[in-house]
Amino acid sequence: MLSPDDWSAIRLTVELASVTTLLLLAIGIPLAWWLARSRSWLARITAALVTMPLVLPPTVIGFYLLIAFGANGPFGQLTQVLGLGLLPFTFAGLVIASILYSLPFAIQPLQQAFRAIGPRPLEVAATLRASPLDTFVHVVLPLARPGLITAAVMSFAHTVGEFGVVLMIGGNIPQETRVISVQIYDHVEALEYAQAHWLSAGMLVFSFAVLLALNLLNRREAAA
Amino acid sequence: MTIRADLTLTRAAHCTRADLTLPGRGVTALFGPSGAGKTTILRMLAGLERGAGSLHVNGECWQDDARRVFLPAHRRALGYVFQEASLFPHLDVRANLLFGYRRIPDQQRRIAPEAAIELLGIRPLLARAPAQLSGGERQRVAIARALLTSPQLLLLDEPLSALDARRKDEVLPWLERLNSELDMPVVYVTHSIDEVCRLADHLVLLEAGQVAASGPLADTLARLDLPAAFELEASAVLEGCVTAVDSQYQLATLRFAGGELKVAAGELQSGQTRRVRIHARDVSLARSEARDCSIVNRIPATVTAIRPASQPGQVLVQLDAGGSLLLARITRLSLDILQLAAGQQVWAQIKSVALL
Repeated sequence: MLSPDDWSAIRLTVELASVTTLLLLAIGIPLAWWLARSRSWLARITAALVTMPLVLPPTVIGFYLLIAFGANGPFGQLTQVLGLGLLPFTFAGLVIASILYSLPFAIQPLQQAFRAIGPRPLEVAATLRASPLDTFVHVVLPLARPGLITAAVMSFAHTVGEFGVVLMIGGNIPQETRVISVQIYDHVEALEYAQAHWLSAGMLVFSFAVLLALNLLNRREAAA
Repeated sequence: MTIRADLTLTRAAHCTRADLTLPGRGVTALFGPSGAGKTTILRMLAGLERGAGSLHVNGECWQDDARRVFLPAHRRALGYVFQEASLFPHLDVRANLLFGYRRIPDQQRRIAPEAAIELLGIRPLLARAPAQLSGGERQRVAIARALLTSPQLLLLDEPLSALDARRKDEVLPWLERLNSELDMPVVYVTHSIDEVCRLADHLVLLEAGQVAASGPLADTLARLDLPAAFELEASAVLEGCVTAVDSQYQLATLRFAGGELKVAAGELQSGQTRRVRIHARDVSLARSEARDCSIVNRIPATVTAIRPASQPGQVLVQLDAGGSLLLARITRLSLDILQLAAGQQVWAQIKSVALL
């Protein structure tokens, strides 16, 4: 069955996915709102940038992050000045990489949900004395609930499933950066197929369950 | 107590200019064909659309470009009812009603939830979701929700246009009640002349983004110098009191400033005040009273003005019947045969009266 190392990889993965999802929602909600409403060039360029992780190989993202956050990279020098040290091959580094890598999975459902609301509910709220922030919290967010749930679930699931970026920037450090996907890779390398099976099958069941649940949830929301 | 607006909005090829002084009480109807700029003007009044110029409502400045003042919509004390259902789908009727109410300070609340619920007859709906309401019910809830912000100005954008005739009849009486029970200026956008005649006290006619006429309802509808687009609607609106109901002939007598009219009794009762509309095409003229005539409504009047109608061979004649204005559409031939001129006494024979 599962070894203590396997359990530690699972715990680390859940931790990484949870932190990433929370931060992604915090960044993604305002960003997606801006992208959904702005028609400026800056917004279009940002939209393209945010979508890039969908089409790029994870190794490319990992590679550039490694350089940018490395000892001679601009962000690496910044983190050193701030006394944070170097982020590659740490849990914090993995979180930053995961956020960038899963950004489109959070932004796209949010953006779609915000767009679908249209201008009318905002105008109605304004004629009922709600300030823009009040309207956002009490009208926009409740109306965008299906999009919020999809964004959170997809961010979490996608982070659980990442491998290439982790390998590039996280390496393979037990209890720090060795997540499930890396652990499976190690098992296969060592020809421990039984161990690899337990973890892989677990991932299969998890992914299927998440997507099925999301599907059912969205259908119930649509019916309501 | 007035609403003074001078607002201009230019969008692509369309320019809408609202240079208006409206009474600070009663119902003002903005009437005109589609694309005349009715909704645009309403949106500029609300601050949902930013025109250039100034807007003062009952002494308060809502916009003055010269002084760089522009109150955003959420800081204007107004109520707005949109054309289509605009209830928040994530809230039930009660929460929708209280959405605006909760957002105004206690001392500004002049209308209590109970009063608005009663006024619009929506008590049985409070726990329902908007999706479970009929179109008419939704609009009544939307009107009550707007009232609960205790607005100083209520803006209604064709609140009945998305409803079928039966639903309209379901909402119209509530609008009339609102008008008679609350002292709150209302600006009402519509393309239905029937709604105008029934609800409005003041009428603004709009054509191609410009104000074509503005004035008290009866005077404005009976004007002879209206643009051709409105000429077909030329008519008189009279308000009268039911003085008698004849059950044998099923006719009621309606007394107005210039005389009496017999109208179908229907469900009228003595003492009621009702409006009637008399279309110019339903009025014919005679130099003497025709007693051997099947038309029962014959009213003595004085010719005040004559103008050629846009249809060739026809003229519009404006009449004064004891202070009430009437209009008649007759042929040029009749005009010459009767040798009519301003100042002459005639009998207006009214073929049909529409009770509003």
